[in-house]
Amino acid sequence: MATPLVVSDVAKSFTMHLRDGIRLPVVAGVSFSIRSGECAVLGGPSGAGKSSILKMLYGNYAVDAGQIIVQHEDGLIDLATASPRMVLAVRRLTIGYVSQFLRTVPRVSALDVVAEPLVERGEDPDVARNKARALLAQLNLPEKLWMLPPATFSGGEQQRVNIARGFITEHPILLLDEPTASLDASNRDVVIALIAAKKAAGVALLGIFHDHDVREAVADRVIDVTAFAAGKIAA
Amino acid sequence: MSDVPLLRVSALSKFYGSRIGCENVSFDLWPGEVLAVVGESGSGKTTLLNCLSTRLLPSSGTASYRMRDGQFRELYRMSEAERRFLMRTDWGFVHQNPADGLRMTVSAGANVGERLMAVGDRHYGKIRATAVDWLSRVEIDEDRIDDEPRAFSGGMRQRLQIARNLVTGPRLVFMDEPTGGLDVSVQARLLDLLRGLVTDLGLAAIVVTHDLAVARLLSQRMMVMKDGRVVESGLTDRVLDDPRAPYTQLLVSSILQV
Amino acid sequence: MTAQPTDIATYNFAYLDEQTKRMIRRAILKGIAIPGYQVPFASREMPMPYGWGTGGVQVTASIIGPDDVLKVIDQGADDTTNAVSIRAFFKKVANVAVTTETAKATIIQTRHRIPEHPLTSGQVLVYQVPIPEPLRFLEPRETETRKMHALEEYGLMHVKLYEDIARHGRIATTYAYPVKVEGRYVMDPSPTPKFDNPKMHRSPALQLFGAGREKRIYALPPFTDVVSLDFEDHPFEVQTFDQPCALCAAENVYLDEVILDDHGDHMFVCSDTDHCEKRREQGRRGDLAPETMEPTQ
Ligand SMILES: Nc1ncnc2c1ncn2[C@@H]1O[C@H](COP(=O)(O)OP(=O)(O)OP(=O)(O)O)[C@@H](O)[C@H]1O
Ligand SMILES: Nc1ncnc2c1ncn2[C@@H]1O[C@H](COP(=O)(O)OP(=O)(O)O)[C@@H](O)[C@H]1O
Ligand SMILES: [Mg+2]
Ligand SMILES: [Mg+2]
Ligand SMILES: [Zn+2]
Repeated sequence: MATPLVVSDVAKSFTMHLRDGIRLPVVAGVSFSIRSGECAVLGGPSGAGKSSILKMLYGNYAVDAGQIIVQHEDGLIDLATASPRMVLAVRRLTIGYVSQFLRTVPRVSALDVVAEPLVERGEDPDVARNKARALLAQLNLPEKLWMLPPATFSGGEQQRVNIARGFITEHPILLLDEPTASLDASNRDVVIALIAAKKAAGVALLGIFHDHDVREAVADRVIDVTAFAAGKIAA
Repeated sequence: MSDVPLLRVSALSKFYGSRIGCENVSFDLWPGEVLAVVGESGSGKTTLLNCLSTRLLPSSGTASYRMRDGQFRELYRMSEAERRFLMRTDWGFVHQNPADGLRMTVSAGANVGERLMAVGDRHYGKIRATAVDWLSRVEIDEDRIDDEPRAFSGGMRQRLQIARNLVTGPRLVFMDEPTGGLDVSVQARLLDLLRGLVTDLGLAAIVVTHDLAVARLLSQRMMVMKDGRVVESGLTDRVLDDPRAPYTQLLVSSILQV
Repeated sequence: MTAQPTDIATYNFAYLDEQTKRMIRRAILKGIAIPGYQVPFASREMPMPYGWGTGGVQVTASIIGPDDVLKVIDQGADDTTNAVSIRAFFKKVANVAVTTETAKATIIQTRHRIPEHPLTSGQVLVYQVPIPEPLRFLEPRETETRKMHALEEYGLMHVKLYEDIARHGRIATTYAYPVKVEGRYVMDPSPTPKFDNPKMHRSPALQLFGAGREKRIYALPPFTDVVSLDFEDHPFEVQTFDQPCALCAAENVYLDEVILDDHGDHMFVCSDTDHCEKRREQGRRGDLAPETMEPTQ
């Protein structure tokens, strides 16, 4: 099986210049890889650095040290040192991401929020909207909401829009940050099914799931983030 | 995605006597890319923008622009005629104060049509049809086409200024605080419009703003300036979510939520 | 330069001192060399107020010689106060012959008309210009308009015509209608009716323009291309009149409306008084022509 994502010896700390420059080590020596068709789960208590790792993999957080090698368009890219432009290309074509919270844009309808990543990849807008409709229906988002901007939606409704947006494309790598946190049981099951479909399609998934049942249902493997606790190494 | 930048800026500095306007700024801008320049008042944003758009000559440094024929030209070595031609065809400049970018005493239609006439369009009917089309794209009713911008609200004026700039299909647009001085709801509408136009037209843009939310919404990349220097630059969400320079941290922490 | 008869010894020939005339001639020559380009010159105080044609008078004073025959018209008429006093001025300070006949004049100073009788080689038409800058209407900054001329940025002229059509459904500008000279400079032909614009095109006469208050001189050498600006779908057109001159029956000439009485009765007559008289002398008669010919002056 292909391994489109290899993380080696990655470290992350925050320097808080507004608080006398205190340095906050988060993780160090982070090393793992993800294979196509598997779903790995980052495990560890709150504050361990799970989201930070995911954000580094998406280029949203800077990386202090180490490499994040991604298979991107027939080549290998080190995301830890890639230019902003390259990171954007990787996001468009290779790595998808479902964030913890939806960031809404004024006046853009839920349907278009979901269709956007597909359109960005060059899909016909009508085709993209049809696919968005199918996903929103599958996630049980009431049809009367589709044409509204999600800013006023409930937490769970927003999260479903966010999930649909992350799942609509065929990115070979998909990062999930607690996609089921604010969902009810039946919608959790839909997400489980969606993840299973991605796995079957050969997508490499890396996620954070606090919900024990969901984790049991989707995880092929748990990566224990406490093993990368920066304090241990720094000390 | 093009592998050749549209604009290459290298070690650009502008001094006002012994005072620093901006110093040693370097970056590349690619087609379709929006770069936000943020920083507090007096940090050199407008100076930089005016140097880049050749409204001001820098004290040192270079900027080269890829012309439509694919050749790079050094902006500060061009003749004034060439620069002005670029300004009204391939470039746009959206001023913070619409009155600086509009002709307040001619109709909205003529404001939009002026660039077309400047490049030689001589068919009234076609010029007017294009103006109607652009007014509708910036959400101004067709029946306002013969009104002077004096009769428009601030938000409408700003939208008219945008239409006036985009009508010749520029590839690079400079914006100085495009939403400054507008009500929050008017801002949101304008931002949304700009976002749509930038994506639809594949525009490259350099947007000066002190509003991080504007930067977040419009730009892919950003540069943070302080005392004329770039203290941090990178992917917009990276800079905002993981600010590294002390000044950027201060900026980000000073606002509620972006 | 020229020895003068004793009765005008108190004046230099043609009023202006030789230094000034030389300076103005240099400006004129430069203007001729760059058709349509506005040449700055050090306009002098003249013994008449601005608005009375001080620019035209200075140009005429600088080119007139003792052998010249001068005609002065104001909106086509030889007999208005302005025309009469300028004619008298030059008669006094240059002792030149004057005429009202277009064909006999060597220099014609004009305010706002071009004579109907075609001008010929060797004649000079001197225009009195109030505002020489055609771009002024939309761009008040002189530094900017100069740059626009230098860089041939004339989109703004069409903005003005666009506004006309948007407001009136057609180009409503009827005088001071902008022209492009030799495919290069956009020029204001002074407030002549656009009816006269085609007469400027390739005229065999030398045309000189003087703006006294604004201190500018510009020129059209003989046979210069002068094209009126327009749109493809709104081409330039001259005014047409649906009746001939009421006095001389002339057609295709520029007519003025003349009010006849308190009841609003009016007639249309030639604006060019010399042209009208000549025709009537030849026996042409319009509908309202009096029974017997009486001289207008
Ligand atoms: N942008 C940031 N600036 C400063 N500290 C940060 C930043 N992001 C995360 N941290 C800190 O880094 C550590 C790891 O945070 P992170 O969000 O990765 O935790 P997490 O494991 O996802 O926690 P949770 O489960 O609560 O979401 C925490 O101490 C957090 O406060
Ligand atoms: N024309 C000028 N003459 C002198 N100093 C100037 C001039 N314009 C700007 N400055 C100075 O240069 C610095 C940067 O200004 P500016 O580029 O206008 O900042 P910003 O646009 O970020 O508010 C400031 O210290 C400002 O006072
Ligand atoms: Mg987290
Ligand atoms: Mg500023
Ligand atoms: Zn007549």
